[in-house]
This record gives sequence, C-alpha cells and structure tokens, in this order.
Amino acid sequence: MSGSEVLLSAHGVHAWYGESHILHGVDFEVKTGELVTLLGRNGAGRTTTLKSILGLVGKRTGSIKIGGVESIGLPTHRIARLGLGYCPEERGIFSSLSCEENLLMPPAVGSGGLSLDEIYAMFPNLKERRNSQGTRLSGGEQQMLAMARILRTGAKVLLLDEITEGLAPVIVQTLGRVIRQLKEKGMTMVMVEQNFRFAAPLADRHYVMEHGKIAAVVEKHELKAKEGMLHEYLGV
Amino acid sequence: MSEIFGVPVQALMGQLTIGLVNGCFYALLSLGLAVIFGMLNIVNFAHGALYMVGAFFSWMLLNYAGVNYWYSLILAPLGVAAIGVVIERTMLKWLYQLDHLYGLLLTFGLALVTEGVFRHYYGSSGQPYDLPEVFRGPIDLGFMMLPKYRAWVVVASLLVCFATWYVIEKTKLGAYLRAGTENPKLVQAFGINVPLMITLTYAFGVGLAGFAGVMAAPVYLVAPTMGSSIIIVVFAVVVIGGMGSIMGSIVTGLGLGLIEGLTKVYYPEASTTVVFVIMAIVLMVRPAGLFGKEK
Repeated sequence: MSGSEVLLSAHGVHAWYGESHILHGVDFEVKTGELVTLLGRNGAGRTTTLKSILGLVGKRTGSIKIGGVESIGLPTHRIARLGLGYCPEERGIFSSLSCEENLLMPPAVGSGGLSLDEIYAMFPNLKERRNSQGTRLSGGEQQMLAMARILRTGAKVLLLDEITEGLAPVIVQTLGRVIRQLKEKGMTMVMVEQNFRFAAPLADRHYVMEHGKIAAVVEKHELKAKEGMLHEYLGV
Repeated sequence: MSEIFGVPVQALMGQLTIGLVNGCFYALLSLGLAVIFGMLNIVNFAHGALYMVGAFFSWMLLNYAGVNYWYSLILAPLGVAAIGVVIERTMLKWLYQLDHLYGLLLTFGLALVTEGVFRHYYGSSGQPYDLPEVFRGPIDLGFMMLPKYRAWVVVASLLVCFATWYVIEKTKLGAYLRAGTENPKLVQAFGINVPLMITLTYAFGVGLAGFAGVMAAPVYLVAPTMGSSIIIVVFAVVVIGGMGSIMGSIVTGLGLGLIEGLTKVYYPEASTTVVFVIMAIVLMVRPAGLFGKEK
C-alpha cells in the first residue's frame, strides 16, 4: 500500500516560542500514503512539531522537506501551498463564516481534492447545517467541518491535531472510518493523538515524543512487543 | 407654506439633506476605519488626514494638471491607497504584536505631520474646488429644491458603501477577510498570503477615505484641517456603531448625520454635541456599540 517515496521529512528541527526553546532536534519521516502518529504527554512538543512544519512557531531551524522541497525558510502560506492540510487542535472554525463558507474557505493547494458533493456524502450532517454559523455547530460537527474543509483542497499531507479530543465515542468512530477511507485513497497523514486506542490500529508508525525530541519509534508490527515501553512513556 | 413643528418644510428638508450628505462622509470614513480595525487591529487616527489628502490630491489634479473631477474620483483614492501601502509596509507592520495604543499613537503622529505639511504649503484658510458643470443647480422635487451635487454625493456614497458591504459579507474574497480578521495565522496556514491581504486592506480602507475626500472637496473648502474636524465625529460614530462592524458603521454614519441635521433645525445650540451625547448614552447601555458583538 505505502509508496516508498519520502513525502515529508524533518531533520534536526528546533523551535522556539519567544524565548522558550520547545523542540530540541526532532527527526522523522513520512512516506507517501503512510499514517504516522506523534504520541507523548502534554507538553512533549507534539503540537509544536505540527506547527513547526507550517512555520507557525516564533522561530525554527533545521530542515523540513515537503515533497523534496526545503521549507524551513519559507513563509507559512508558501509552505501550505506545497500541499499541506492543517486541522488545528482548537479546530479553528470561523464564527463569522457559515458552515459552507468555512468549508469553501481554504484555497486549493493541489489537484485531486474532493468535490463538495463527495464531502457532503462523507459528512451528511454538514450538508444539513450548511447555512448555520460555523460556531453554532456542535463540537462533533465542528470537528467534522475542520477535517472536511482540508479534504477539498487537494492537500497531499494532512496534519491532524487531536481530532478525537472531547468527542463522543460515536463521533470518534465516524472519524476513524473517515481516516481509514482516506488511507485507502493513499492520503498521507500525521496525527497528534492522545487517544492511543484510536490511533493504534490506524497508524503505520508511532513516534513517541518527550522533552521536545523523538524518544522512541514504534512500527506497527512492533506494537505488541513494545507495549510495555509505550505505556511507560505515555502513562496510560 | 406648510410647517412641521413650527419649522418650514423647505428648511427642514434642506437641513436633512445637509445631514444626509454629512452622514455619507461619516459612513465612508467609519467604514474604512471598521475594515482596518477588523483586519489590522489598528485604530487608524491618520484616517482624517488621508481624507484631507484625498481632497487635496483632487484639488491639485484640477489646478495643476487640469485633470477633471471624474478622473480624480479614481486617481486620488488610488494615490491615497498607495500612501497607505507605504505606511503599512514601512511602519504599521511592526506594531501588530503590540497594544492598540502604539498604532493609535503612530497614526495620530502621522496625522499631525501630514496636516502640518499641508498647512505649511497651503495655509489654513482653504481652497475652493469648483463644481463640475453638470452638478450646478438644483433638481426640483416638488416639495423642495435638491442641489444636484448633494444628490450625487448621497447616491455615489451609498453605492460605494453597499458595494463594500457586499464584497465583505457575500463573496469569497470577503470570506478570506472575515476569516483573517478572526484567525490570521490559520488563514495563512491554509495557504493565503495574509501579510499581502493586510497591506491591501489598509490601502483599501484609506482609499475609501481618499474617495470621501474627493467627494467632499466641492462641498467643503479644501483645507488642511478638514480631516481633524471631521475625524472626531467619525470616531464617535465608530464607537456608537460598534468597532469593526461593517453594516454598523454604514447605518450609524447615515443615521447620525440625519440626527445632526434635525438637531440643527430644532435646537441648533446642541447640533455639534448631539453625537457625543448619543455616544455617552450608547456606551452606558451597550458598551460594545449598537452593532458590535460583546466580547
């Protein structure tokens, strides 16, 4: 299933917010069609890693290549145009835009994005609520909207930050189904997840973060063997 | 001749038209302020000065280059917008992370400098701008004589205001702008060149002020102080309408112009203060303004 080509790679990435040095040399690689997770405790630097990929931190050094293009010196909007889709932890639904305007807002960053009809078929709730104000939607619907709007753009790599956080189990199941469908279509994804049971069956590889570094790498087939170690790192 | 509460209809209508014309300028100016505040978080105190610069550009184009009113209506706002680009790129862009106060102080300083420069070269007495031929004389509406130029100011300003409202509230470009006002970082993370959008928003906002200046040139004298005398009322309009609200600034601008006109008829002593009295009352009842959202 997975291609062999590296689509996203980070080497020796350091990141700062103002004076505080958050990432201390992060290295990881994601091949085309792979789904990897960034696991770890709060404050380990997982969200900051996603933000660093997009240049949303104060300062960053090292190397981050997207589709072979070095992005460390580029401004955020140019990085996004290399084919990234970002679903932030706080979801970032715009209250001054309707549900459908939220959906149509992100511009295309690549070819082959889903059409509005395909998206509505995937998330029927959003069709029903398309004229509602974005932030009037329920938490679950807002999460679906935050996911759905980056599927339209033709992004090649999705950066998903805590998409299951605070959601009812039935909605988590729906999201799991969506992620699986996307993976079958060959989408490449980086997920930050707290919910290990959600992430474990979906991911090809897990990167465990601690103190702003990758502390351990666990391939899918090693999960059973390294379970004890993972529990220790994650405290689950 | 018929009267309303002891005032001849003709006089009442005359004052109401003047009020409406003033209201149009309030609306155009506060609209620009609202757009700029929404996107840049900057209280643009230079707005009045740029309105004055717009009027002067129009006057200079006519008197130095023989360029007529219609071309000025396009060229002068573009000139002011170009100044806006320079101001944003070289000065304002350093202030976004700081408190509102810094932007306010910087733009206030710019306003003083601009006004001073024009006063140095043109004196403070003001220059008349000759009305284009087509606008001379009134239209007879039956119950009143409406000067043609005033009618034009009202129609053109309303068109520009509502076109602006339409673009911001109903189009894709407007959706970028609204989203950018809420969460610029995320909008940029979706691949939109937000720094460029901010520059163009500022240019557009002050371009509106320049447009208002061209419209105002034949109505008032083109004088260096014309900006500072109107801008205080315009800020009151913005406070009453609610900072950052597009429709709020249009409706409030027109409404307050009319109220001022009415006050001039029935209680002239209060005509210059009525706006501020209303502002005080609104602030007590709805601190976020009539159309503003409570934070």
